[in-house]
Amino acid sequence: MNDLPMRPSRGFLTLLYKELLRFWKVSAQTIAAPVLTALLYLVIFSHVLSTHTKIHGVPYTAFLIPGLVMMSVLQNAFANTSSSLIQSKITGNLVFVLLPPISHNEFFSAYVLAAVARGFTVGAGVLLATIWFGSLNYAAPLWIGVFAILGGAIMATLGMLAGIWAEKYDQLAAFQNFLIMPLTFLSGVFYSIASLPSFWQSISRWNPVFYMIDGFRYGFFGVSDISPWHSLWVGLLSFTILAALTLHSLRRGYKLRD
Amino acid sequence: MITAAIRVEQVFKRFGTVQALNGVDLTIQPGEFFGLLGPNGAGKTTLISSIGGLSRPDAGRIEIMGCDVQANYRAARRQLGVVPQELVFDPFFSVRETLEIQAGYYGIDPSRARQAWIDEILESLDLTSKADANMRSLSGGMKRRVLVAQALVHRPPVIVLDEPTAGVDVELRQTLWQFVRRLNQEGHTIVLTTHYLEEAENLCGRIAMLKAGRIVALDTTRNLLSHFSSHSLRLHTQGDQPAQFGMTKEDVEGWWRFSFAQFDEIEPLLARIRTAGCVINELEIGKPDLESVFVRVMQDRACA
Repeated sequence: MNDLPMRPSRGFLTLLYKELLRFWKVSAQTIAAPVLTALLYLVIFSHVLSTHTKIHGVPYTAFLIPGLVMMSVLQNAFANTSSSLIQSKITGNLVFVLLPPISHNEFFSAYVLAAVARGFTVGAGVLLATIWFGSLNYAAPLWIGVFAILGGAIMATLGMLAGIWAEKYDQLAAFQNFLIMPLTFLSGVFYSIASLPSFWQSISRWNPVFYMIDGFRYGFFGVSDISPWHSLWVGLLSFTILAALTLHSLRRGYKLRD
Repeated sequence: MITAAIRVEQVFKRFGTVQALNGVDLTIQPGEFFGLLGPNGAGKTTLISSIGGLSRPDAGRIEIMGCDVQANYRAARRQLGVVPQELVFDPFFSVRETLEIQAGYYGIDPSRARQAWIDEILESLDLTSKADANMRSLSGGMKRRVLVAQALVHRPPVIVLDEPTAGVDVELRQTLWQFVRRLNQEGHTIVLTTHYLEEAENLCGRIAMLKAGRIVALDTTRNLLSHFSSHSLRLHTQGDQPAQFGMTKEDVEGWWRFSFAQFDEIEPLLARIRTAGCVINELEIGKPDLESVFVRVMQDRACA
């Protein structure tokens, strides 16, 4: 009866395509808006602080640009998975993905890859929009790519967990406001943690987002608060733990299948 | 031995204090047009969700075309198309994009054959003119058609329709049933839940009735009609004489009802009524129908 040409990987590829198309179709909201927000941050902060501050010998505006790029990558990767899942759950159209023969691993990979792609797109947009305001060195470009992918994947996975757990938009907003915002804002986007009192430095070291931004910035300037290798291991460990939790939830059908 | 299209064995499912499914056993053979009936909350949608893998039974086993829906879920889901009860859609996409994406989820590569099949579904469900319209812009009836199209896009041998005609107009019902009948004639197994019992009576060869998570009746439609229902004679008369002859007074003034199994029971009854001096204004004979079977089964099994 089913004589149509089939390929096992087509389900994964289609889900990835659908998730990419979903954010691309509303790119004014999902790409242009966060680029504009980051640009406003740069204009305001650099105007106020650039004449006063140098961090690791780097002018403040130049120091700020990689932080804003990475913050955009992280926040948008989180937003993509979490908003896609919660919208599908609330409108009920998640059944279109739950009924087909898509495995837990494919489901996870498609959502995370699409979210990383959105993070990358917004990050590239922010970089393009802000690059004219400060001089960047690109001292270790490989690290730039590694931390952008790893940071995006961590936040995309966290977004999946939030989207699976939340049943209402306000629950997701709480997750975003009380966890994601503090994690990203208190992670060295706007400053070096070396400038913080020792207590807050210790707190920052428990924040995996700090390592992602610090490592990403190392790729531009070749200097950082922490060794990029150390940051890489923290990032990999964080991703592994979150991915294991998410895959376990998907396998059990937690809050997705009754 | 023929592999059953759907085999449900001792399936239990509880939500909090509610036992939604309470030991359901059911076998549906390939090519059947099967009806799953029951009042609201009987467990129909839970059973369908369990068959589709949207719900996980607490105990029991379900197979689709011989594939276990848990252990061999990929193969099982390829064999099944489900039209959900709720009117759900993805607002980001057009009708054609929705169908192409759904086909892709089932592993079907873009090809001329896929395109031709999508075009055929669109045509059959009268959706061709709306193929490039965004899902948001469609009426409720059109969205319902797209839901049916989505369930068929991977040509599944088993199709489950969960109240597909709830709140849709007569034209869509006719288009839909014409198409579903054709699919059934081509060999697809159809499982239908509906509250429109006339539809079930006309379409389904076999029917199961669910109540409080249990199957309380399971037989061919013909047997259910002959075992549980009877013909009825309705009379509108002047006077209360029909009561003497075992007729039941209806709620509407002047109307009386008498149920019978054989037509030769009518003539002696009418003769007695005439002899008693009763004037008959109107007379109607009703055929057995599924609605009366349904009401009787639900009442008989009130304590089930």
